[in-house]
Amino acid sequence: MSENYGMLHGLWALTNRELKKWYKEPVILLLSLVQPILWIAIFGKAMNFAKLFTGASLNIPGLNIPKQVIDEIGAIVLKQTFGTTDYFSFLAVGMLSFIVLFTSMSSGMTIVWDRRLGFLNKVLTTPVPRGSIIMSKVFASVVKSLVQSAIILLIGVLLGLTFNFPMLSVEAFAITYLALFLLSIGFSALFLMLALRSTRWETQMAIMNLLNMPLMFSSNSFYPISFMPWWLKPIAEVNPLTYANEVARWALIGVQPTVPVYMSLIYLAVFGVLFSALGIILSWRFLSS
Amino acid sequence: MSGEAIKATGLTKVYPGGVLAVDHVSFTVNEGEVFALLGPNGAGKSTTIGMLTTTLKPTDGTALVGGHDIIREPEKVRRVIGVVLQEYTADEDLTGYDNIMLMASLYGIPKQVAKDRALELLEMVGLSSAKDRKVETYSGGMRRRLELAMGLINRPRILFLDEPTLGLDVQTRAAIWDYIIKLKQEYGMTILVTTHYLEEADMYGDRVAIIDHGKILDIGSPDELKNKVGGDMITLETSGLVDGAQNALKSLNQVRSVELKDGKVIIKVSDGPSAIPSIVSALQGQGITILRLSMSRPTMDEVYISYTGRSLRDESGSSEEAFVMRRTIRRARA
Repeated sequence: MSENYGMLHGLWALTNRELKKWYKEPVILLLSLVQPILWIAIFGKAMNFAKLFTGASLNIPGLNIPKQVIDEIGAIVLKQTFGTTDYFSFLAVGMLSFIVLFTSMSSGMTIVWDRRLGFLNKVLTTPVPRGSIIMSKVFASVVKSLVQSAIILLIGVLLGLTFNFPMLSVEAFAITYLALFLLSIGFSALFLMLALRSTRWETQMAIMNLLNMPLMFSSNSFYPISFMPWWLKPIAEVNPLTYANEVARWALIGVQPTVPVYMSLIYLAVFGVLFSALGIILSWRFLSS
Repeated sequence: MSGEAIKATGLTKVYPGGVLAVDHVSFTVNEGEVFALLGPNGAGKSTTIGMLTTTLKPTDGTALVGGHDIIREPEKVRRVIGVVLQEYTADEDLTGYDNIMLMASLYGIPKQVAKDRALELLEMVGLSSAKDRKVETYSGGMRRRLELAMGLINRPRILFLDEPTLGLDVQTRAAIWDYIIKLKQEYGMTILVTTHYLEEADMYGDRVAIIDHGKILDIGSPDELKNKVGGDMITLETSGLVDGAQNALKSLNQVRSVELKDGKVIIKVSDGPSAIPSIVSALQGQGITILRLSMSRPTMDEVYISYTGRSLRDESGSSEEAFVMRRTIRRARA
């Protein structure tokens, strides 16, 4: 036999399998977009902080403040709080990491299904390195996440997201998607790790439901960290979603970052590499029993 | 290679919780033979296959598969084996052809070679016309045949078949075995097969190991096992049997026992065809006329009962139902 089995042997074939199952079922793709779209369309449009100041008649009795002054104050308050006067754009960009989180979370489910349906047992008898089994699911999940976030971005634009690039638009998108890519690798690997030995999809569902909202609300996806009580801030500061949002908001709508962008990217890279490495190591031990 | 395809020594598996599934099992499978592991559900057959195919880690003992140690060199073992598991393993969302091609790429087979082989295998298992359909539309028999084709894409030297015909109707079972035997002849493969169908072990196994409660009770060719159990049984109807005749029969050195049952004489001998002439002449010497004579070989069922103390047939029905049930539940959840 002269077949060559490298470290990454089988990675592409298995990734391709996952993706084939995905793009051949567009209904599932569309359904998974419903939730973030509702967030943008309803929450983003209704929770419009700019209206606090431009609402019909903001006036203090006895004082005759010109509307222009109120508008100025409003703009400054918004700018200082959100880094932009456009809360809708702030939220819409935050939704990109939201959809990445959601899609990456479900990667753990696929390994549970493969185990239940026998496919995993079969693959384990082939010369495919265990690490390839995990990483193929990570990469498939990354591709899904990025495609979905691109669709969300497009919908955001259709609903009124306005870009404010601090650089070339191509660079801005590249940096945004680099951040989302790293975020997705980390979360996919994390949730796959949690599912390595699981045979019950109910457990995975419970983990997903348990973690998705806390992860969202303990990040800066909806509001800046400065809004948070003291005990929540440290959690938000280790939450990778925070850093993906920082990068994306800076690159796409020009929000001044609270930490240097390169630091955010390094943080996300460490997150992605660390959890991938852990996932591969654990798969050697725990994929078979 | 010394002609030994598989050599298991003291193979043992204790599952978490202390269940002893396989208990110091040792056996050798020669190159080119069909070796059948025969035993009821829960006897440890699938666990043994799991260890030999490197998906389960032995608690104790080890085995050489294709000359490679299953613990120290699992990657090398995986390259020379083909595995058809008891459960359906194909991806239901893909077509039959896609499933085979996916397996081919997991074995690192170049695409063009893989294409030719896949079409050839699909032809052989009679799935050519269904190859572009999603596997979820396949019947049970079609899925089994697809599994077989998937297990053969890498032209394995050693093929493991875990209950390849479980839950299938008689015709499909016969057809599957036709493929298996054809493959063995065509590619000179060694085949280790588990089954709880006695007839299958009897008809197709070159050698059979009887396994129960994680232990191998005996190993031998079907004929050897039957001879050990009591050899052939000759049934006679005569025009009366005097005590002298009974003694004359007993004194023949091929005869193991003589019994009277429902007016018939039942004689157990080690080798029927060679014993009949001397039995006939012994009785004629006593002036006894033989009205009817018939001979039967012991069935595998009798062999099995004599080893395990119970019949396998009683169990196979219910385990099949359990299997079908499990699959139905799985599907319903999907």
